[in-house]
Amino acid sequence: MKFMLILNTPRDGYAKYMSWPKEVLEANTAFMIEFSRKLSAAGELVSTEGLASPVQAKLVRAGRDGRPITDGVFPEAKEFLAGYWIVDVDGPERAYQLAAEASTAPGIGDEPLWIEVRRIMSGHRDLE
Amino acid sequence: MTSAPPDLRVEGLLREFAPQVLGAMVRRFRDFAACEDAVQEALAAAAAQWPRDGIPAQPRGWLLQVAQRRMIDHVRSEIARRGREAAVAGETPVAVETPVAVVSALPGEPEIDPIDPDDTLVLLFMCCHPALSPASAIALTLRAVGGLTMAEIAKAFLVPASTMAQRISRAKQSIKASGVRFQMPDARERALRLSSVLHVLYLVFNEGYTTSAGPGLHRTDLSNEAIRLTRAVHRLLPGDGEVAGLLALMLLTDARRAARTGPGGELIPLDEQDRKRWDAQAIAEGVGLLSAALRRPQGAPVGEYQLQAAIAAVHGEAARVEDTDWPQILALYGGLLRLSDNPMVALNHAIATAMVHGPQAGLELLTPLDDDERLRGHHRLDAVRAHLLERAGNRQAAVALYRAAAEKTTSVPERNYLEMRAARLNAAP
Repeated sequence: MKFMLILNTPRDGYAKYMSWPKEVLEANTAFMIEFSRKLSAAGELVSTEGLASPVQAKLVRAGRDGRPITDGVFPEAKEFLAGYWIVDVDGPERAYQLAAEASTAPGIGDEPLWIEVRRIMSGHRDLE
Repeated sequence: MTSAPPDLRVEGLLREFAPQVLGAMVRRFRDFAACEDAVQEALAAAAAQWPRDGIPAQPRGWLLQVAQRRMIDHVRSEIARRGREAAVAGETPVAVETPVAVVSALPGEPEIDPIDPDDTLVLLFMCCHPALSPASAIALTLRAVGGLTMAEIAKAFLVPASTMAQRISRAKQSIKASGVRFQMPDARERALRLSSVLHVLYLVFNEGYTTSAGPGLHRTDLSNEAIRLTRAVHRLLPGDGEVAGLLALMLLTDARRAARTGPGGELIPLDEQDRKRWDAQAIAEGVGLLSAALRRPQGAPVGEYQLQAAIAAVHGEAARVEDTDWPQILALYGGLLRLSDNPMVALNHAIATAMVHGPQAGLELLTPLDDDERLRGHHRLDAVRAHLLERAGNRQAAVALYRAAAEKTTSVPERNYLEMRAARLNAAP
């Protein structure tokens, strides 16, 4: 079954990340690369992406003429999606285990990050 | 077969020969993982060459020959690699052991082993070994026995090909580590191992029995593949009632495929399906298989697959939904309940009870299931209760439970169905 492991970051998360010392940034990058490599070697990785800073993010909707109207960065948002992993695993316990491992990515601060784990809907029919 | 377009003919031949060639290879060279790679390479070469140059006179011999050459190349490069490593380490090069089979196969053309029909079965026993996780066993079975390509399997499970390749390679490592030999398990172990094989085939069928959620998905191929492989097992073990039962169950279930979805891909439940769209031929074949299995005198006890197939057959033989023989279905679910304590069976038993003795009787059977750990948070209990409450005329409670079930399911078509059901009931005058 497939799960999305979601990494959110507070509003100032990206700015803080940029200000990390070189060694911490390197350790963080190395951790992320190794984590993806292990997921892939285990035959569990479906996809993973990191998102660019919300500095460039826009809110968009269709105007009356159907053309896009954009708005600047979400004024109210406290948290932004920073990246995710989609994994295909045997059950939720394994997804939690992987999320716990991802949460220990090296950075500045004592506490591990929170990773949100969401089940991905399938096309299965399971009715009769 | 001969009238099929050449590419499809080639594909059919390759899938048929894949386990035979692999069986012959593993008997000769032993190393399952390396043989499997060699056979895949031979299949890929055939898939590229045969549609262009024509199918060789002896297609199986052709595949075996190419696979053996690949295997010999592999062994040679292994030997060279070990020699180099020894040289680098400054060791006296040890006389590297060359498998006798390789030496004897080196000069001239390899002789072609006679087909051993049991090879397919032995391969299934290997690939469905309990040491493997179900996901690994499914992937390996489709590749090694089903002859599907990595890309086809990856597509069927909606994962990248590289991920599926890793999964299969790990499955092969598990087989190596578990020390399973390429041989028929003894009689005592056979029944146990056969039930793992049937379970894997059942899972493959279910995996395929899904809606296609987007263009380019061919998940129904998995159902066909499961039917094809189960047919092969049935040919090898024609006297086994559970094999016949599983094949009948697949055919009877698959017969309803066209009627199960509406034009927008929405689910249509059994009682609302247009039965004229059921595949009468598949139903007849399933019923025939099942009757023959149940008629067998030297009574092995009737197993779960036969009972499930019998239930599907009762539905299949009712021309109209109101003709359904519910007392018969209730009795069959009673039999299934005695064989296993699967809570899903208990849920279906409650539905059948409601059909025979009224919704209240069904609802009473659901009460003890509230304490079943395995159903905690599962949408099916809510959905069944909603259905029975609706039939009992308790509309408000039914709507609430349909919505609760919709929120819990992880299946898109099912969620749509449950939401629609709630909305329809809510809007009813």
